[in-house]
Amino acid sequence: MKHRLQFAGKKLLRMITLLLGVSLVTFLLMAASPLDPLQTNVGQAALGSMRPEQIARLEAYWGVDTPPVQRYLGWLSGFVRGDLGTSLLYRQPVTQVIAQRLSSSLWLMAVAWVFSGVLGMALGVLAGACQDRLPDRLIRGWCLLVSSTPAFWLALLLMMIFSVWLGVLPIGLSVPIGTETAAVTLIDRLRHAALPALTLSVTGSAGIALHTREKLVEVLECDYILFARARGESAKSILLRHGLRNVALPGITLQFASISEIFGGSVLVEQVFSYPGLGQAAVTAGLGSDLPLLLGITVISAAIVFGGNLAADLLYGAVDPKIRRGAART
Amino acid sequence: MTPRLNQRQRALALLIGAAILLMLIAIAGLCLNQAALITDFSRKNLPPSLEMPFGTDWMGRDMLARTLTGLSLSIRIGLLTAGISAVVATILGGAAAMDRRLDAALSWCIDLVMGIPHILLVILISIACGRGAAGVTAGVALSHWTSLARLIRGEILQLRQAPYILAAQKLGISKARIIQVHMLSHLLPQLLTGLVLLFPHAILHEASVTFLGFGLSPEQPAIGVILSESMRYLTTGKWWLALFPGGALVAVVALFAQMGQYLRALLDPASVHG
Repeated sequence: MKHRLQFAGKKLLRMITLLLGVSLVTFLLMAASPLDPLQTNVGQAALGSMRPEQIARLEAYWGVDTPPVQRYLGWLSGFVRGDLGTSLLYRQPVTQVIAQRLSSSLWLMAVAWVFSGVLGMALGVLAGACQDRLPDRLIRGWCLLVSSTPAFWLALLLMMIFSVWLGVLPIGLSVPIGTETAAVTLIDRLRHAALPALTLSVTGSAGIALHTREKLVEVLECDYILFARARGESAKSILLRHGLRNVALPGITLQFASISEIFGGSVLVEQVFSYPGLGQAAVTAGLGSDLPLLLGITVISAAIVFGGNLAADLLYGAVDPKIRRGAART
Repeated sequence: MTPRLNQRQRALALLIGAAILLMLIAIAGLCLNQAALITDFSRKNLPPSLEMPFGTDWMGRDMLARTLTGLSLSIRIGLLTAGISAVVATILGGAAAMDRRLDAALSWCIDLVMGIPHILLVILISIACGRGAAGVTAGVALSHWTSLARLIRGEILQLRQAPYILAAQKLGISKARIIQVHMLSHLLPQLLTGLVLLFPHAILHEASVTFLGFGLSPEQPAIGVILSESMRYLTTGKWWLALFPGGALVAVVALFAQMGQYLRALLDPASVHG
């Protein structure tokens, strides 16, 4: 058990340094930007008609005149205390904006994550088990098609079919327009989240299916499978007892690695459906040069991704007895 | 009767066919650059017909010309960014394989780049370069090298321990010659396949980031721009504005992905046995 704890500790330490790195890189990229926040948010015409002291006040608000090192250290000291600063566009604490956005994004992403995993795994196993026969060919073709499709176009397509043409699902947002928060029912929320979740699930499943298939094909070519066949085990039993067990480990890696993909997809899909989630906030923050908010979102999303990797690393031990007994050293 | 081609020949024929098709699209787009910008209000909002296969938009612009121009732009940016990514990946992957400490530092960097969701990273780099064509090119080029760098590092490490390389060293063959004769001949096919398989990602990310407004400027007929404009007209039933340009993009990306598969089948016969 001790080496597992040591292993987890080491991974945690690495995660913290990586998060620091992410914040620094994000900050440097934003600071290096030639885009003037005043130009993008206030506009050239409005700036021209302003008095110098007004412009100076705005510059102070957007932090143009503070040296970058000082700004980063200020942000970092706040971050350690759990204060991510104030969003310049929303005029609210960043933690509050993120918490609010994350609550509507998180379960959208969670549904898509689970569903794409299940769908991808099922398709991958089916294709791998029927290698080179019709189901395999169909699934591979489908996966190629889906992985070549940009998430936002799939979102547009689904919107055209279900919202415009059939008119059965709403076009966008997370709640109906013009209703009070109290009057919004769970059904309303589900109806609004259906298309974004579907888009994310479908795009996410293709990669998982292709990789699972590849791994399963690899496993099924092993000597112990040949031996099992020679023993007279049925194809079904071989798949269940040997195939699936050995695919479980790479499956976990894939599933947790897909968090980053799902997050990236949600940025696009939320933009298409005007879904008020974290991804949409990231786009708004990026277009409006809202440094504290974008920094906060990047760090939080990186933390989620690293957390996923950590969870996968720890799950290996639970799934694979070889690793549990300390065979793996990383 | 034509002789039946074997799997290798078929892969080669399909590979050449796909490459020619993509080249034709790129050239057609370049030639139609002017036609894509012509506005003619006498023919606005036309649904697809024989004369205008992709229809026209609210300014009477020919959607077929716009789509082809956009695809051509995507292909060219894809070539450029995938090329840069492959060079970066080779240099960094090679460097990591040479030195242990450099390896540790680089693996940290790769974890870092992979930790930021891809789209977010492209957006950040694009902002750092002031958006526009330069921004999106830099963003896509500098965020796609990680997996290829890892692959190359692993290959080199494995190769260095390969018996035939060790034997060559014992025979007193110079390092430069070993790299030239034994390593490059093994690495180049891997690199080439990796490069072609980068295209689909590069093109998709370019279109996505442009769609979000961080990429190519709105005046350029890029696929991302066309689709983000079409979004405003979808609810009024102008389905052709989004369907055809997006479908054409999917076709181009799938073609690139298939090219990668054919190339792998040709260069790495071990991967297609059975």
